[in-house]
Amino acid sequence: MTNTVIREDFREILRLVRPGSRVLDVGCGEGALLDLLAHEKQVDARGLELSASGVAACMARGLSVVQGDADLDLDHFPDRSFDYAVLSQTLQATRKPRHVLDELLRIADRAIVSFPNFGHWRVRWSLLSRGRMPETKALPLPWWSTPNIHLCTLADFMALTADLNLRVDASAAFAGQGPARSMDPASALENWRSETCLFMLSRNGVPASKELPPASGDLFDG
Amino acid sequence: MAALDLVTPVLSGGGTWRFPANEPLRLDSGGVIEGLEVAYQTYGQLNADKSNAVLICHALTMDQYVASPHPTTGKPGWWPRLVGPGKPLDPARHFIICSNVVGGCMGSTGPASTNPATGRPYGLSFPVITIGDMVRAQAMLVTALGVDTLFAVVGGSMGGMQVQQWAVDYPERMSSAVILASASRHSAQNIAFHEVGRQAIMADPDWRGGAYADHGVRPEKGLAVARMAAHITYLSEPALQRKFGRELQRDGLSWGFDADFQVESYLRHQGSSFVDRFDANSYLYITRAMDYFDIAASHGGVLANAFTRARHVRFCVLSFSSDWLYPTAENRHVVRALTAAGARAAFAEIESDKGHDAFLLDEPVMDAALEGFLASAERDRGLV
Repeated sequence: MTNTVIREDFREILRLVRPGSRVLDVGCGEGALLDLLAHEKQVDARGLELSASGVAACMARGLSVVQGDADLDLDHFPDRSFDYAVLSQTLQATRKPRHVLDELLRIADRAIVSFPNFGHWRVRWSLLSRGRMPETKALPLPWWSTPNIHLCTLADFMALTADLNLRVDASAAFAGQGPARSMDPASALENWRSETCLFMLSRNGVPASKELPPASGDLFDG
Repeated sequence: MAALDLVTPVLSGGGTWRFPANEPLRLDSGGVIEGLEVAYQTYGQLNADKSNAVLICHALTMDQYVASPHPTTGKPGWWPRLVGPGKPLDPARHFIICSNVVGGCMGSTGPASTNPATGRPYGLSFPVITIGDMVRAQAMLVTALGVDTLFAVVGGSMGGMQVQQWAVDYPERMSSAVILASASRHSAQNIAFHEVGRQAIMADPDWRGGAYADHGVRPEKGLAVARMAAHITYLSEPALQRKFGRELQRDGLSWGFDADFQVESYLRHQGSSFVDRFDANSYLYITRAMDYFDIAASHGGVLANAFTRARHVRFCVLSFSSDWLYPTAENRHVVRALTAAGARAAFAEIESDKGHDAFLLDEPVMDAALEGFLASAERDRGLV
């Protein structure tokens, strides 16, 4: 993953999040997204981060971040204690992605999840032509050093959301250095062309407090 | 308790506050202490809207001299990294309060104080005290100083226990909290080490059943041994190895029991300098208070239940990777309970080989984290 992809990812998350809401960023790193959310959306921003250096950097920025592991520590948050739980480019690095996704939607009304799509054509091509684990912009590390242990495709992810009875409130795709574009997650074509996918999910049956996002622009401007 | 009519500048700088007879300290053990005295130091001034007060809670062997020279040892305050001009807690911006705990020996009522009933030192007739009692006395002092709500309550080790007790008993009187290298209760190992210290004191013939003051003696040897054992628990094996290794004091071995190794003479020095500034019975009472401390026990065994009234408080918890006295797991236990209670907690384990004492030492990562936390809490409180 490149910085450009992260930036587009964050931009899309900023667009989706309601101003003044409560957000937990799981795997928040040094707090770049939390900082953006706090300053641009006046969000009550909190984080969970595995690395000590990331947590220390967050604390020095005045952010409320707990050092912990998504696989273990989400259990300690009360039900619906957040409006949004963000899992940006981290799902594939968890030991129990199904459990983590389920937990995100226990502690928050909405989950915003992004991940590299293993069904992207570059990945498929790399595997097909070279017979080697792919190294792409979204998956830049060799197989033996990548933190990713549970990679999935867009189609796999959709199957999991159906399995967990989750509703897709918004979906976006990123490719290369381009901006986010909305996509139809059920489309087989998107499973070829989306390098990175981003979803906003809620539980079926939980009423949405806001309408679905329009195709572009800041949802909450004006 | 009615706020006492006091003018802050009179108390600024500190002294000893004696509570009026109609305000006894009611103890968890059921007893009361009449005419309680609490010795304290303050730094800085309370601002006009009384929103900048900070309470610093000291550890077992510390006292109220957090940022000023100790009257006995002449050493500067014990927490210069946190408190001082340009530091995260700055007398130019904050009204900083630090009091000697009840049961202590630096001016607060303790076992060495005169028992008004007998006119002689309390000794073992001093009632058993708890962390809750210490905090209740602090709350009375804070009120007497004209402070309703504290901007922050800060402490490490036993001080961190007091901060937790504050969050349980007086959450409405605080807006942020810092807990360093602490625990919500003592492990069997913690209690075991304290018992070694207490037994060393009580085995000293000069202890005289706790009435040594009546005999004009002091159990210095026992207290020194207690300090030596405890001091080892404050360090880490790598830190001891780095400082001393197996280095000798002199050329060759003495073939006896003199301090041959540098680590031996270091510990003997720690022990002998401690007896100059600490009272043996205070050591017994305060270690007992720490052993009895167990917040969850009084809240149905569920620690999170203890913190439910502290949801609005911003917490910062820090542990140190080489602290085996209050290890990261114990600190994390507190953080998880705070999280489960819905409080806003920040937590980090700081990489350090300095052991438990790291919270008092040169740890730039800790400094940056504390500075960031306090600055952000100040913005929340509207102080900047």
